[in-house]
Amino acid sequence: MDWDLIADLAAGACFLLAGFLTVAAGIGMKRFPGLLGSIHAAAKPQGLGVLLSLVGLALRLREIRYLAILILVGLFQLVTTPVSFHVVARAGYRTGKVNPDALVVDELIADLEASAREHNDSD
Amino acid sequence: MTWVVIACAIMLGAGAIMALIRVEQGPSVLDRMVGLDVITSILIIGVALEAAWARRTLTIPILAALALVGFVGSLSIARFAAVEPEDAGRIQTPEEAQAEAQARAAAEEEAARVEAEIAARRDDEAG
Repeated sequence: MDWDLIADLAAGACFLLAGFLTVAAGIGMKRFPGLLGSIHAAAKPQGLGVLLSLVGLALRLREIRYLAILILVGLFQLVTTPVSFHVVARAGYRTGKVNPDALVVDELIADLEASAREHNDSD
Repeated sequence: MTWVVIACAIMLGAGAIMALIRVEQGPSVLDRMVGLDVITSILIIGVALEAAWARRTLTIPILAALALVGFVGSLSIARFAAVEPEDAGRIQTPEEAQAEAQARAAAEEEAARVEAEIAARRDDEAG
């Protein structure tokens, strides 16, 4: 068994999957309507795509000392992406770029109404 | 490995072009920011692909930097997102642009005149 070859093949598979995810995200961003639809499509390469490419890079380098920084990169990506998309979606909702009728569950409207009531009371 | 790199690069390029089309079309500034976020993560995957192809470890810090600061742009723009009118993305016709420029020039002239009047009155009072 040639473990180097197997690791290279696994790395190639990881990169191909990451590339497929980016194409899927591009098609989704072109086809899905609205802001939330494009966020849904955009999150695929940002989460799984980047993680898969880091796994592929680790499999290709095959040195334990680079593993730490690659794990760190994946961690940064997983921490920062949800924050920015959360804020973008919230700003989109507040500025009327999201159609509330298309949502199955809308947990934000109750909070917004409550805060608006509070604001009016204090005036 | 070369064929994997070529196929992956083509897929990354296609995804980046479609994200760029979304950035161009909008319609709102938030859609554009989401598209730029996708392009940033495609950049991360591309740098990782190059590093894996050439076994280059020099570019790994770039991955860390991109993963850390890639979200700052969309975060700061989302903070200042405003309600946009329906036709905010429309491009003006030359006539409309000319009319707007004339209106602005007239307003500036009026403001200068009022300012000169106020200054003259202040001079009279002082004198």
